[in-house]
Amino acid sequence: MVLTYTNEIFDINDLNLWYADHHALKSIHFPIIKKEVTAIIGPSGCGKSTFIKTLNLMIKMVPNVKMSGEINYNGKNILNSKMDLVELRKNVGMVFQKGNPFPQSIFDNVAYGPRIHGITKRKHLEEIVIKALMDVALWDEVKDRLNAPALGLSGGQQQRLCIARALATKPDVILMDEPTSALDPISTLAIEELILELKEKYTIVIVTHNMQQAARVSDKTAFFLMGELIELDETSKIFSKPEDERTEGYITGRFG
Amino acid sequence: MNAKVADRVATGVFIVIAFIIVSVLIGLFSFILYHGFQHVSLKFLTTPSSNMSAGGGIRDQLFNSFYVLFITMLITVPLGVGGGVYMAEYARPGRITNIIRSCIEVLASLPSIVIGLFGLLMFVTLTGWGYTILGGALALTVFNLPVMVRVTEDAIHSVPRDLKEASLALGITHWHTIKTILLPSAFPTILTGGILAAGRVFGEAAALLFTAGLSTPRLDYTDWNPFSQISPLNIFRPAETLAVHIWSINTQGLIPDVDAVSNGSAAVLILSVLLFNLLARWIGSLIHKKVTATK
Ligand SMILES: Nc1ncnc2c1ncn2[C@@H]1O[C@H](COP(=O)(O)OP(=O)(O)OP(=O)(O)O)[C@@H](O)[C@H]1O
Ligand SMILES: [Mg+2]
Repeated sequence: MVLTYTNEIFDINDLNLWYADHHALKSIHFPIIKKEVTAIIGPSGCGKSTFIKTLNLMIKMVPNVKMSGEINYNGKNILNSKMDLVELRKNVGMVFQKGNPFPQSIFDNVAYGPRIHGITKRKHLEEIVIKALMDVALWDEVKDRLNAPALGLSGGQQQRLCIARALATKPDVILMDEPTSALDPISTLAIEELILELKEKYTIVIVTHNMQQAARVSDKTAFFLMGELIELDETSKIFSKPEDERTEGYITGRFG
Repeated sequence: MNAKVADRVATGVFIVIAFIIVSVLIGLFSFILYHGFQHVSLKFLTTPSSNMSAGGGIRDQLFNSFYVLFITMLITVPLGVGGGVYMAEYARPGRITNIIRSCIEVLASLPSIVIGLFGLLMFVTLTGWGYTILGGALALTVFNLPVMVRVTEDAIHSVPRDLKEASLALGITHWHTIKTILLPSAFPTILTGGILAAGRVFGEAAALLFTAGLSTPRLDYTDWNPFSQISPLNIFRPAETLAVHIWSINTQGLIPDVDAVSNGSAAVLILSVLLFNLLARWIGSLIHKKVTATK
């Protein structure tokens, strides 16, 4: 099944990926729409993390990975060998499963990206940091201790700090790989609310094992199974009457 | 019940081992310091040594020890850290890298007398420098460099991988990630390695016998021109270090107060290593705190 849209930020065509001999992604066609939340679900080992890591080419850190097909980002194929990784990753930010702040102060964590990308004026950096921390609703909690170590924050705060750090480089896409799987229900809720707010300004792709979460936050949902994209559609449709019986089986908990 | 007994026995055994280690250390320390400090005085530290008569001091030897240490670390640290970064971040895993790693380990475990002979051939005879501080420092570099490389490599490997990924995912280049994330996080471990290496340099005699020599020219401590023959800063002069001095007065035994001088020197040597250790750790933790924002 192939959907076509006009306002796609990513347009993935016939993407295949191998880890050495293991065929981990099989002929994926996947449009991602601007300023929408796209959720990716599927059983463990089906290739969700692999897929999301192709979007900012973090997958290139893994040795012996081979890819074929096209990943068009704003009309440019990023699998082209001339792709500038720095530029791509500035625009396509990523948040990991576990909050991973740098062992630096809260301020320096958020300022890290912009600083290295060439912003040196303290005033300008402060503006960026404050804005990013406000965007992730962390500002009120940390405004009095910006110079305290980031590792002193709670797990949920650390995860929001990492989102702020990703926002500070002014990306237009944010990739999240199970961003709440290590968090308590309240922090999870805070992140979900945050995602709904962020989608005003950003395109978000989120991998999750939590079906309710996908239903709550996403506009589109994609179901992966053994390296294949089985179904991609409006979230409401996927969770009410999916077209493929494997999707239905997974959602109703018959396997996975 | 059995597990509980085993646990108690194990705890007891480890306490005994710890006790033995600590008491050996305290015993050794107090023995050396007790015998040594009867002869240490300001005069002992500030007069040059004497070849024949009693009453010589260790002024030049003490200075030489620190100066050789300084020059050695000046060469070892940048090269060692650079090599470690290469091994950890740039070398492709595989046969060649493993061979390099084995070579490094062999180099690190060579007996220092062998290194001394190698230094004699390379840095004394082949270069035509004669006995020099630089020759000594290079010989010490030969067996300190591998330690530094290894320590740096391990320290970088032990930085959590997600920190590196987080940085790369922000569009930071590999080199900037190394500089701003990996090295600062690895810093405390690298520092410890550096201190251990420095301690070895400070106490080393065998590798210096044939490279830095057994004598020190008459020095003028007001002469700061490193190219002047009588300047203590000249790296092309022979220099007997404290450890070498202890060895040489004991083997040649021409001065009547051998025991007094060597006991005093030993005490000063140990105390210097101790002070150097504490100082390096203190400075290191200041730097680390500043970088990581911990108080
Ligand atoms: N670095 C790697 N080298 C080799 N094979 C890998 C590597 N990473 C993942 N794989 C394989 O690729 C397949 C997809 O893995 P992936 O991590 O994308 O799964 P996932 O859907 O994210 O699973 P989970 O829900 O458990 O996170 C799995 O079969 C996995 O074993
Ligand atoms: Mg995964």
